[in-house]
Amino acid sequence: MSAIANTIFSPELAARFDHLVTIYPMKRSALVPMLLYAQDEVGFVSDAVVAELAERLDLLELDVRNVLSYYSMLRTKPAGKYNVQVCTNISCMLRGGYEILDHCKAKLGIGHKGVTPDGVFSLEEVECIGACCWAPAIQINYDFHDDLTISRVDELLQIYRDGQGKDVK
Amino acid sequence: MPKLVSHPDEVRVLSRRFGQGATNIDKYIELDGYKAVQNAIAQGEAMPGWIIDTMKASGLRGRGGAGFPTGLKWSFVPKVSEKPKYVLVNGDESEPGTCKDHIIFLEDPHAIIEGTMIAGLAIGSKMGFIYLRGEYRYLLKIMEKAVADAYAKGFLGKNIFGSGLDFDIVTQSGAGAYEVGEESALMESLEGKRGVPRIKPPFPAVVGLYGGPTVINNVETIASAPPILLMGGEAYAKLGSERNGGTRLFGISGHVERPGVYELPMGYNLKKAIYEVAGGVRGGKKLKAVVPGGSSCPVLTADELDVGLDFDQMGKAGTMLGSGGIVVLDETVSIVEFALRTINFYQHESCGWCIPCREGTDWIKKTLTRVHAGGGSKKDVDNVQYLAENMLGRTFCPLGDAAAMPTLGFVKKFRKEFEDYIEGKRAGTPIITVDQLVGAGH
Repeated sequence: MSAIANTIFSPELAARFDHLVTIYPMKRSALVPMLLYAQDEVGFVSDAVVAELAERLDLLELDVRNVLSYYSMLRTKPAGKYNVQVCTNISCMLRGGYEILDHCKAKLGIGHKGVTPDGVFSLEEVECIGACCWAPAIQINYDFHDDLTISRVDELLQIYRDGQGKDVK
Repeated sequence: MPKLVSHPDEVRVLSRRFGQGATNIDKYIELDGYKAVQNAIAQGEAMPGWIIDTMKASGLRGRGGAGFPTGLKWSFVPKVSEKPKYVLVNGDESEPGTCKDHIIFLEDPHAIIEGTMIAGLAIGSKMGFIYLRGEYRYLLKIMEKAVADAYAKGFLGKNIFGSGLDFDIVTQSGAGAYEVGEESALMESLEGKRGVPRIKPPFPAVVGLYGGPTVINNVETIASAPPILLMGGEAYAKLGSERNGGTRLFGISGHVERPGVYELPMGYNLKKAIYEVAGGVRGGKKLKAVVPGGSSCPVLTADELDVGLDFDQMGKAGTMLGSGGIVVLDETVSIVEFALRTINFYQHESCGWCIPCREGTDWIKKTLTRVHAGGGSKKDVDNVQYLAENMLGRTFCPLGDAAAMPTLGFVKKFRKEFEDYIEGKRAGTPIITVDQLVGAGH
């Protein structure tokens, strides 16, 4: 049984959260990872997520929103099932990051933070993802793909479209 | 998957277990793993002093970028404290050009755990946190498994290695923020808040996480502790250059033939690192410039590369060793574009807490966007320089400096290129295809 009656999360995630709040000297420390894990399950940080996390951590919803608005990976609207994040920071820029971004825009027919009508893909231009020596690199959800070419990007998009992509959670 | 590289000039201390399956705890143990922490414990009551003296003798300086001597940092923590003391490992690696911690998490997670334990034993802490940037989820999984395996073996938890001392480790995920890599913002984030910096003093060694004395070290720094204790401080120091002990992981990226993370002795020649270790400029092109230690370091021109890669020599050369992320630009790159892309990053990542940084990054970006689009005037170059100079040293944390320093490097060393660009004589091949770069809307 979860510590929260009528939790919006799956039993597994609720149990994980019950545990998470106990491992720190101060339970509020669980907030940032909880927001991210909740988003992984729900798809975005909804009002219901904010309300439940506030209740779990004895915080005001305002406190939760204040933190939510700070971190760039957290979103308050749904993304596509597969969020394609193209790095265009310096090391990737020098090795074709912008070409990949432009290609993804054309191929998916969406711009920065856009979602395809079928909801399968969303696209984001992101800052350095820490794969500089293996540039150009993208992340699809949490999965890294590096040393890319345009044709490899096409292959990857097809693999994910076919539901065969890795989906690290 | 990150590709492992090698070169005969490498000295493998930190990377000696890379590619050998050391994520497996038994493999790690077989390769001298968890020996250093047991050696420390065998010192008995002399242990904290022994660890700190060894670290001091090693000449190890913080690998996150600031280069502060690690042993000295550990020695600042008060011996007696009413509040619990903490070790915080900074794996928020977000400095553009830097991916060295990525590969340590991937290839040698137990070295991070063992280093965290050693730091904890040195300062009398019972708890360590290993914080990974949110994007590194697959590495967090590796780290979580490594911690769980260490608990299963009884290496973590109560009475570690029969010492009568307890030590726990918690792994933590961020959620996307460069600023959180700054030590005080990191503590804020770990306390479940927005990652804005705290004013110093008090320094974390006195008032840190949850108000307790805290040691904060970069992942690479922490992972260097076990090999240092095993080989001895003096032996480690000798691998490097004067006042810059040991080796470090250099990530060489951009326009080189063989980009990758290489472990080289401190003081290794930058030119050699680019031309020999990383195979020189890609496609036989000419080298134009190098950003030598992550995007916040002032640029070096092709004539300035005959310099040793350590904190002091790079400082003398007017730049910084920083995070060890060396980004090489060939002759096709427009410095105007590169400067715009760099400031765009800092504008996006400025947390908005200090006005000089929030406004300065925004106005430099706006000005360079105009220049880039072809609407600039010569006054714009002066304005950019004026803005950057007024950001330096005027913010709580170094993000303002990190944005101003490279900007000043670009406009001072490549002023003519900016002026020519404004007059319509554009150098290089355009890379940025959008009119307006994506940034933060403060």
